[in-house]
Amino acid sequence: AIPVRSSRLPLLSDAMPAPAHLFPLIRNSEIGRICSTVCYCHHKHLCCLSHFAHSHFRYAPQRKFAALCKPKENFNQFIHARDYASTPQRFYLTPPQVNSILKANEYSFKVPEFDGKNVSSVLGFDSNQLPANAPIEDRRSAATCLQTRGMLLGVFDGHAGCACAQAVSERLFYYIAVSLLPHETLLEIENAVESGRALLPILQWHKHPNDYFSKEASKLYFNSLRTYWQELIDLNSGETTDVKEALINAFKRLDNDISLEAQVGDPNSFLNYLVLRVAFSGATACVAHVDGVDLHVANTGDSRAMLGVQEEDGSWSAVNLSYDHNAQNEHEVERVKMEHPKSEEKSLVKQDRLLGLLMPFRAFGDVKFKWSIELQKRVVESGPDQLNDNEYTKFIPPNYHTPPYLTAEPEVIHHKLRPQDKFLVLATDGLWETMHRQDVARIVGEYLTGVHHQQPIAVGGYKVTLGQMHGLLTERRARISSVFEDQNAATHLIRHAVGNNEFGTVDHERLSKMLSLPEELARMYRDDITIIVVQFNSHVVGACQNEEL
Amino acid sequence: AARMFLRLLSDVRWRAANPRWRRMTTCSRRSTSSTAEPHPLSLPAQAQVVICGGGIMGTSVAYHLSKLGWKDIVLLEQGRLAAGTTRFCAGIVSTARPVSIELKMADYSNKLYQQLEQETGIKTGYMKTGSISLAQTQDRLISLKRIASSLNVMGIPCEIITPKQVAQLHPLINIHDLVGAMYVPEDALVSSADVSLALATAASRNGVQIHERTSVSHVLVQKGRVTGVETDRGQISCQYFVNCAGQWAYELGHSGEEQVSIPVHACEHFYLLTYPLKEPLASSVPTIVDPDGRIYIRNWQGGILSGGFEKNPKPLFTEGRNQLEIQHLQEDWDHFEPLLSALLRRMPGLEALQIMQLVNCPETFTPDMRCIMGESPTVRGYFVLAGMNSAGISYGGGAGKYLAEWMVNGYPSENVWPLDLKRFGTLQSSRTFLRHRVMEVMPLICDLKVPRWDFQTGRQLRTSPLYDRLDAQGARWMEKHGFERVKYFVPPGKDLLDLDQSKTFYKPDWFDIVGSEVKCCKEAVCVIDMSSFTKFEISSTGDQALESLQYLFSNDLDVPVGHVVHTGMLNEQGGYENDCSIARLNKRSFFMISPTDQQVHCWAWLKNHLPSDSNLTVEDVTWKYTALNLIGPRAVDVLSELSYAPVTPEHFPSLFCKEMSVGYANGIRVMSITHTGEPGFVLYIPIEYALHVYNEVMNMGQKYGIRNAGYYALRSLRIEKFFAFWGQDLDAFTTPMECGREFQVKLEKGMEFIGQEALLEQKQNGVYKRFTMFILEDHDTDMDLWPWWGEPIFRNGRYVGKTTSSAYSYTLERHVCLGFVHHFDEKTGEELVVTTDFINQGDYEINIAGQRFQAKAKLYPFSSLFTHRRRKDEMELSGYQRE
Repeated sequence: AIPVRSSRLPLLSDAMPAPAHLFPLIRNSEIGRICSTVCYCHHKHLCCLSHFAHSHFRYAPQRKFAALCKPKENFNQFIHARDYASTPQRFYLTPPQVNSILKANEYSFKVPEFDGKNVSSVLGFDSNQLPANAPIEDRRSAATCLQTRGMLLGVFDGHAGCACAQAVSERLFYYIAVSLLPHETLLEIENAVESGRALLPILQWHKHPNDYFSKEASKLYFNSLRTYWQELIDLNSGETTDVKEALINAFKRLDNDISLEAQVGDPNSFLNYLVLRVAFSGATACVAHVDGVDLHVANTGDSRAMLGVQEEDGSWSAVNLSYDHNAQNEHEVERVKMEHPKSEEKSLVKQDRLLGLLMPFRAFGDVKFKWSIELQKRVVESGPDQLNDNEYTKFIPPNYHTPPYLTAEPEVIHHKLRPQDKFLVLATDGLWETMHRQDVARIVGEYLTGVHHQQPIAVGGYKVTLGQMHGLLTERRARISSVFEDQNAATHLIRHAVGNNEFGTVDHERLSKMLSLPEELARMYRDDITIIVVQFNSHVVGACQNEEL
Repeated sequence: AARMFLRLLSDVRWRAANPRWRRMTTCSRRSTSSTAEPHPLSLPAQAQVVICGGGIMGTSVAYHLSKLGWKDIVLLEQGRLAAGTTRFCAGIVSTARPVSIELKMADYSNKLYQQLEQETGIKTGYMKTGSISLAQTQDRLISLKRIASSLNVMGIPCEIITPKQVAQLHPLINIHDLVGAMYVPEDALVSSADVSLALATAASRNGVQIHERTSVSHVLVQKGRVTGVETDRGQISCQYFVNCAGQWAYELGHSGEEQVSIPVHACEHFYLLTYPLKEPLASSVPTIVDPDGRIYIRNWQGGILSGGFEKNPKPLFTEGRNQLEIQHLQEDWDHFEPLLSALLRRMPGLEALQIMQLVNCPETFTPDMRCIMGESPTVRGYFVLAGMNSAGISYGGGAGKYLAEWMVNGYPSENVWPLDLKRFGTLQSSRTFLRHRVMEVMPLICDLKVPRWDFQTGRQLRTSPLYDRLDAQGARWMEKHGFERVKYFVPPGKDLLDLDQSKTFYKPDWFDIVGSEVKCCKEAVCVIDMSSFTKFEISSTGDQALESLQYLFSNDLDVPVGHVVHTGMLNEQGGYENDCSIARLNKRSFFMISPTDQQVHCWAWLKNHLPSDSNLTVEDVTWKYTALNLIGPRAVDVLSELSYAPVTPEHFPSLFCKEMSVGYANGIRVMSITHTGEPGFVLYIPIEYALHVYNEVMNMGQKYGIRNAGYYALRSLRIEKFFAFWGQDLDAFTTPMECGREFQVKLEKGMEFIGQEALLEQKQNGVYKRFTMFILEDHDTDMDLWPWWGEPIFRNGRYVGKTTSSAYSYTLERHVCLGFVHHFDEKTGEELVVTTDFINQGDYEINIAGQRFQAKAKLYPFSSLFTHRRRKDEMELSGYQRE
């Protein structure tokens, strides 16, 4: 039937007829059925969610993601071609069309300079995302902490819908910022809220216009956050806030709030449904906090943070700043097994998935893996009809004996920045499953420095014709020119991730095919990709380092 | 790889042909293997001339000097003869050059090389193949037509052909994207190294001593004169030194204590060699130049040789390097890719042709794409010939000839000011400037050359103190001698085209802007910043200043204090070395204003001709004064309100100079001249007052409708008034008699002056050319190609001369061209005297890119057209109108 999780179907030289064969198998609502019988499917994070996802995507307000796929008319043309599969019709996106798709979500932020100087250790960042799901389930956030120093950046990979990733992307940084605030500032803020005065701004967001915040839930979210800082005030330990601890507390607290909000419900039916959707869907999070030379990465799930390091000889290498929480991580498998009775050892991890279902071993939301069966049943039954009708929410994972099986607690890695640390890449697994981190480091490094290591060609004694040489040179030039098409490192990385051929160069034809896949098919060839590339200011880092010495 | 290429080049045969030289260098040839071995033949202790550099330039200079009768010449080459750029260059002799002096040099070179084999017995590989320059666009075709029309009047066969004809002339060419081409059938190919060796052989036979493997470390100078050279093999004392060191000319110029600035910089240049085609290319197949594809393609031993001038050149040797590295330069295929694509587009049939080598051969470039020749302004007897902008073979013969004439006769037989070293000063000698500028110059070789092109690199070096103020008001800038000058002011809210799109041979986008500036000059008052003009002060304790100036200048300078005199600074032939305005500040001191690019040349001329008298001082005060030119009928009102001094014509007639206060600033030198023929003043303001005076003028001028104007307006005004400018219309071969300026010559001023005899003779015998103004009759400003300069002039259908400048006259609503009319005998071609009748009795046409426009010739400016009657200088104008 349908290929399993490796998910990237070989892209045939003529992509058009190939999907045409597959297409009838997986049309729309059929997907859910197929999936539930086959048991896992192309939605790799969590199987059997498609139906759930599809059913509410239809009503999701954010249809604009679909609108991103610009060559909509082309899809129609394609679907037309499918009907007459015997006469396959080729079409390619032109380079400008490709670019408009790739660049639709790109965003750049440059840390402003004062007196011609930027005293921050961060020069700025580029971010971008390319949807494969419709709508995209990835989210990203970036903000500067205004009451403490430092900058927060994060990528969030949702599964079973985008609700949880959306909520986490809106809320997590506030939880972190609040966790970092000193007692006096917390008091000041609380007093301001109490007396209705203007609140000190906590975060300055750096958002792409497509990154939205939910207006309806803001009051609810704010109240939860306020409860959190009130508790912090009460708990005042008098100790200075440790960043690592703050990150862990913020992650756990937010996940806890998501769970509680779903259990309590909301009198407003829209909100009630929303908090349930948030709790029943899930999201991984990979968040970096940069303050001077102190870089903390808190990771929950299988997104990844990677540091780009320039060696003395100018070459690039990659340093991992996070551990994936999935079946490939032995420590993670061990941890899960430790937390549950030995009798469950066999059923805990099956087909590289938690309980045979979930790929990431840590995540926000996903109350199906956290709540007791009774709680789940109670909430679903008392919940709105949409929830009740949903196959997925009613489905209890097999061998579900000793919840919780899942946690949102992050692993935090602290790194002291050095002058050779040039950039940080945060990306969802959509990137990492197509590219090796070493290639990522090289491509971004060369993009940022504008230097491309290509061996010069020498004819030497070989027999080469003008035509052969021309072909070779054109290909080499294409490799370089793809750099100049992009003003954004994340876009450049996506171009490579999607368009790379076996030689590691961007193949326009491939890129064009990958991007022109219809919504229903895109997810079979690629995952949502979200990337943030943070560029460090080596001068400042070097200066800070000297100061500390 | 380089070795393989060297072997492929034709053998060095000339030693066998010249037994005498063989004797001299038997050991030097052995020393190839062991350099420590001493030379058997020691250097002479002295010589009249020492030439440094054994490439095409050095050997050509030696050849021509010896032909002109100078025998005591030593040529030194640090490596082997013809081993540098000369060895590696592509060997194309092409006469299709846009600048007329370059065209003449190339034409002479071609004729010289053609008979060189016969003269010397040495094979030069000369092959008359012809060349075809392709046009992919209409604009390119226009530029080719312009060149073709100037080639034709020179007597060089040349025709504009259709793409079909191109295909007939060349078997491999793809013509589908062509709109036309220019065919020059007499262009040729040579083996450049062999040409150089042939010239050396001939020179050697005439007595020139040639020493290889001898490098000049520096030139010895005493009291501003060359006295000898120091080499690694000892000293040679000499009177003349010639720097033909090619890309090392800059370093050599800077090696001595007395530095000579030679602004050249090298860039890498690539060309491709292939194995022969299956059906080897005939040796007579024309050379193809495809400027739009930036490439040239010539036949090479049955295969092809193709190179080009890329958009992103790679400058090298910025820090100066050892010459040996020239052989170890890397091939860079990625860099060559655009040129290879252009080649395969032009000749798709070459796909299967096998590559032999990509040659990296550095070429030397100059800041303005013209070569450099002449005597150093600082060291007498120090001559230079370098910076060929990759046309060394085309120019080699002619350039060597002109330089030899210059040394022997004091000046070449043609006007070489466009190539004169003295057009540059030390300000063009910064390595950073040169590096940036040559990166712009090299691509320009293939770029479309349109009128009024300005270099974009190496700018904002010299600026007026008002630069920022003017820039903020929409000034658009051009550069002259490193100085930023305003072209025109773009009014707020109005946008002009991008630089690239504004390139045109037709009506430019600034037409209306300049028109309104001109209108304001005519009706109200405009201010133009003219600070770039060269300004000298000459003063003495006694009468020395007056006496020496009376000798240097043709007009009578013994005028009352406060008078301004327009006068030429002439050479012995009566030709203009400079055209100046001189104000007598007091009995013993003079203030002299000359064109911007005269700064170095005029200084050198004064230094060479003024007596070395400690009581006589000459000071360059260019940088001390900001000049504001107030042009227009209301200038009087503005100035009088600012100075509280009477400045009406009765009190301040034209051609006077007064020091007065303007606003709060005192000591402003005000002259009642405008360089345009319009009423007005030039204010010479000590620079610290510049901003103040400018602000005062603009504030006060508001009620009189004052506005800023630029040089384009000035040019239109002066050309419609028939004012000649030095450097464009006037040169060292033009006398005041020939341009209607006899009134500026006082033959009977009671003192001898330079050029007096020549002028007297002309006065008696008449002139052989005459500066004439042409008004285009049937020219449509909107639709037709605009004249520029260099357009051939036809009288009754026969070629009589070329235009030197042109502008649209907003007053006449016609184009005005200025140019010289000759009288060539119909049968012999001999030059005859040009009379007023000859001018007046002809029907004239101006040929703009092959299209002829009827023109009305005038010897005197319109006076009735200009409503504002002038004061004294108008009397002068009318004075010579009665002539």
